Amino acid sequence: MFMIPVVLKNLFGRSATRPYPQKPRRPFAGSRGQLVNDAVKCILCGTCARVCPAQCLTVRRKEGLWEYEPFACVSCGVCVETCPAGSLSQLCQWRPAVRERERVVLKVEVKSEKLGVRSEK
Amino acid sequence: MAGTVIPFGPQHPVLPEPLHLNLKIEDEIVISATPAFGYVHRGLEKLADIRDFRQMIQVVERVCGICSMIHALTYCQALEELLGVEPTPRARYLRVIWSELHRLHSHLLWLGLFADAMGFESLFMQLWKVRERIMDINEATAGNRVILSVNVIGGVRRDLDPSQTGWILAELAEVEKGINAMKRTILHDYTVQKRTRGKGVISGKQALEFGCVGPMLRASGIAQDLRLLGYAAYGELDFAPVVEQDGDCHARCRVRFAELGQSIDLIRQAIDKLPAGDISVPAKGRPAGEVVARAEQPRGECLYYIKANGGKFLDRLRIRTPTFANIPALTAMLPGIELADVPVVLLSIDPCVSCTER
Amino acid sequence: MTIEADSISSAELCRAVAALKAKGCRFVTITCVAADRSGAELLYHFDRELALSHLRLTVAGDEVPSISGIYSAAFLVENEIQDHFGLRFTGLAPDYRRTLYLQGEDSVPPFRRDSGPGRGE
Repeated sequence: MFMIPVVLKNLFGRSATRPYPQKPRRPFAGSRGQLVNDAVKCILCGTCARVCPAQCLTVRRKEGLWEYEPFACVSCGVCVETCPAGSLSQLCQWRPAVRERERVVLKVEVKSEKLGVRSEK
Repeated sequence: MAGTVIPFGPQHPVLPEPLHLNLKIEDEIVISATPAFGYVHRGLEKLADIRDFRQMIQVVERVCGICSMIHALTYCQALEELLGVEPTPRARYLRVIWSELHRLHSHLLWLGLFADAMGFESLFMQLWKVRERIMDINEATAGNRVILSVNVIGGVRRDLDPSQTGWILAELAEVEKGINAMKRTILHDYTVQKRTRGKGVISGKQALEFGCVGPMLRASGIAQDLRLLGYAAYGELDFAPVVEQDGDCHARCRVRFAELGQSIDLIRQAIDKLPAGDISVPAKGRPAGEVVARAEQPRGECLYYIKANGGKFLDRLRIRTPTFANIPALTAMLPGIELADVPVVLLSIDPCVSCTER
Repeated sequence: MTIEADSISSAELCRAVAALKAKGCRFVTITCVAADRSGAELLYHFDRELALSHLRLTVAGDEVPSISGIYSAAFLVENEIQDHFGLRFTGLAPDYRRTLYLQGEDSVPPFRRDSGPGRGE
């Protein structure tokens, strides 16, 4: 009985939902989404792997590899905050749906001049 | 004449999470109820053995998918006491803002589920439509809709600038309009009243004896609200616990509905008084000793006991969530009501079983 | 720093808890701090008008008197401690016999120090 004004508004007014996927929502700038690593800036220090609560990062200094399991990651952003080289960042979009779970493996070359990039964090 | 035993749950359309009730029925009236759970136990307290105390902030947030930030808040408060760290004034107010946003979204979620338990699906959808605005505020300010990951030991990770606080106030005005449009339906509709008044009655004395917390206590006349302890910035804000006397499902519904208005008011006060300054202080070192920290979650009192020995890993992390304290009261609330009222009474305690089982 | 707790023995437990109930305390919970072959340490938490009080109980074996006769709500947490730590509460009603979280009497309690998965470091 008391819902009648609401019901009429819903019946004759605009739809409350947007027609996704034809019109996806613009992401918020502050959203924490997919993790990306810039291989040019990365110094393979391993801090991200040490602080990760989900243990989804592996850093192999000898082979020069930075490995990331996107499906174990919880997008908390702690690695981004503790990265001393500033190579990690988060997009504001969540990763798209995929058919197969694949790992991300980056080959990183740590040249001696990159180590001078270590910022005072 | 032997009664019938009906197993309620663990899968049931009204239950958001699996919970089992062994109901002994005689002619559709419940004689006794025995609760059981254990279907979503994840061993998060044991995980403290292999995740260091800083990584545990993210683990502890995921104990509950509704009151997540307040779990992290209590954990950080406990560790701040052990490490001798005092969060900055701005961080304390920001924690209040995000905690009250959590309380708003949790009560709106519960009101929607409560309506759904009665079969009132259109009210459920309308309330969750209002709740979407809070989810947007969470995502835009903290980065995620529910699991905010915004607490650190010593403060918070994100700040709010004046354009964000202005936008939050505008959205809250819309939320208030949406809630008030539903008010008469939630509180005065004939069918809602028939299904909730006089059902699942628990007196104040019984509630205290059973160890009930939160809105269950307050709906039975006991004015206990842990925010009065003054943690975070609650000591500097002006509010009083919402109390009702009837102790039935309708009283619990009224308490949670009134707390929606209270939360909006608290957020407005906190934004008004938000002090300038840093959002966190560095917290170095390793914790040693034992401490108990408590906070008021949307469902009641949450207790954290932490024992540390100076190492990277905590010795013991014990979490006592509010639904764990409210479930034994079901053994007194359910006998005497009809089988068809069991879902409504069960949902009126606001069960969050993933909190209960961790 | 430690919390202020009155140390009591098994024999004094029920009397101490009944005294707290007579004062009007609300039962909060029981924490089992540790349990292994040498015994167990339990903390009982009570609340009265937003002030907490604690009782500390150390037992040599794994049998503890139950307080579910005094505070009936304690049955749930005592069953949980039975399951997790392998203790046995005498006089517990209703007793789930290790079926709350585990599969029955011969399941391995996961939180004990002398069984279950190991610790880090």
